[in-house]
Amino acid sequence: MIRFEDVTFAYEKGKPVLSAVSFEIGKGETVGLIGANGAGKSTVMKLLLGLAGPGAGAGSGSGAGNTKNTGSGRILVEGIEVLPKNLPQIRRKLGFVLQNSDNQMFMPTVFEDMMFGLLNYGMSRMEAERRVDEVLQDLGQEKLKYLYNHKISGGEKRMAAVATVLAMDPEVLLMDEPTSALDPYNRRIIIRTIGALKQTKIITSHDLDMIYDTCGRVILLSDGKIAADGPAEDILMDKKLLEANRMELPLRFATCV
Amino acid sequence: MNQNIERSIHDLREMDALASGDSMVHRVSAGAKLLVTVVYIGTVVSFAKLNMTGLLFMVLYPVLLFTVSGIPISTCFYKLRFVLPLVLFVGVFNPFFDRTPAFAIGSFTVTTGMISMVTLMMKGVFCLMASFLLMATTRIEALCGALRKIHMPQMLVTLLLLTFRYAAVMAEEVNVMTQAYSLRAPGQKGIHYTAWGSFLGQLLLRSMDRADELYSSMLLRGYHGEFYYAETKKRSSGDTLYAAIWCAAFLAARCVNLTQVLGMTVVR
Ligand SMILES: Nc1ncnc2c1ncn2[C@@H]1O[C@H](COP(=O)(O)OP(=O)(O)O)[C@@H](O)[C@H]1O
Ligand SMILES: [Mg+2]
Repeated sequence: MIRFEDVTFAYEKGKPVLSAVSFEIGKGETVGLIGANGAGKSTVMKLLLGLAGPGAGAGSGSGAGNTKNTGSGRILVEGIEVLPKNLPQIRRKLGFVLQNSDNQMFMPTVFEDMMFGLLNYGMSRMEAERRVDEVLQDLGQEKLKYLYNHKISGGEKRMAAVATVLAMDPEVLLMDEPTSALDPYNRRIIIRTIGALKQTKIITSHDLDMIYDTCGRVILLSDGKIAADGPAEDILMDKKLLEANRMELPLRFATCV
Repeated sequence: MNQNIERSIHDLREMDALASGDSMVHRVSAGAKLLVTVVYIGTVVSFAKLNMTGLLFMVLYPVLLFTVSGIPISTCFYKLRFVLPLVLFVGVFNPFFDRTPAFAIGSFTVTTGMISMVTLMMKGVFCLMASFLLMATTRIEALCGALRKIHMPQMLVTLLLLTFRYAAVMAEEVNVMTQAYSLRAPGQKGIHYTAWGSFLGQLLLRSMDRADELYSSMLLRGYHGEFYYAETKKRSSGDTLYAAIWCAAFLAARCVNLTQVLGMTVVR
């Protein structure tokens, strides 16, 4: 479903953010992408979405666009390479929950933000509104519907951002630190929601307990390289490996060591 | 200082809130309201500079709209508090230039200069009120949709819309940064001039970053150059009627001095 083939990428020449990263994610897999701050997690997502790198018109092949971005390797989504000309097709398949929800919501109300994407893809108003209600109900966030984006708290905004993305029913869900800024109650809802979704999911987080609850597989990034890739149990219980990468055991394991 | 910024963010967002209200005026299509506003402003401006009594009648439009839309007139003047003095200032010198006596009230001679000053001020205030009412009863998306329908270039309309949206983003950044600054510079009023350069630079970078992400997030949700505008509702006969009645009323007020006619009938 998703393939990174020997991807090297730098925002600025001489400072590689990712070097020779390769992995493949199958349909329906839920993968946790972990690593210290600045390890390159968000960058992986941006490359996949074509917001940076070859898809944004930089890199070896295309040559056009932002000449500051340099990179090599290929990124594929369902066999389609992430290149400027394929972006509309690829982005339709991907749903992205940004690390900063302030930058995700741009319409006055939550409702309109949720409608925006649906209407852009040609859904009728009635259908779209039904979909919005359905998603809000699933998330238990009906109260957010008519609230103003600038008047809700950080956590509520995050829930709203997740709702806007889920409403689009993407084939692949990319979530950049979805549980940061959430209270324990909403964190639980997100974990439950992720568990219930059948889509392919890539989730980055420092909340390793959440990763353990939701992901079968974990990829550990360290300085732009893959330091480990394997079943969640193996990696998340490996105290040495985690500590070498500025992380700690999930709380549930920490107590029994 | 922070409070000022916070208040202007609030002001900006508040227009959104006002515009999302629900009243008879809110429900009229954006196109009809846009047309009426343009015709109104055109009519008001075209009144002769001494035709104060004729112009007086035009106040009915904003007054009626304020009443029906439920927007307090005080909100309007509060929001326009910075522009209003400028508008009022325009005619202030007329009485000095033009001292031709027009009529007298007791021993006080009213000159044509005074009349033209008042007329000019009225024109300014009326136009401001009409524009405010349009903005306060119409969502920016709907307004942009209407502009697109009358074939304003897409580039221009999108720019208008994004400016409106991004202005708030930028103001929020200023707010966050001044807060961070003042927390580390207690007892200091404002921002020391030595920090202005880096402050402005940071502000620009941060706003650009945010604008960039916002734009990406629009792209990721299927935006492809043409904004979807909130209003998809078809124009109804009610909208046509609304526009027709107002335009006819403005025309009548412009051609016949209704205030004088009214005055005559009362006197008789
Ligand atoms: N737009 C950018 N321009 C230049 N460097 C960037 C940009 N975005 C991120 N970086 C750098 O790339 C590295 C990885 O960033 P990121 O992928 O956001 O890390 P993570 O999400 O894992 O914390 C960091 O060192 C960061 O400084
Ligand atoms: Mg990140």
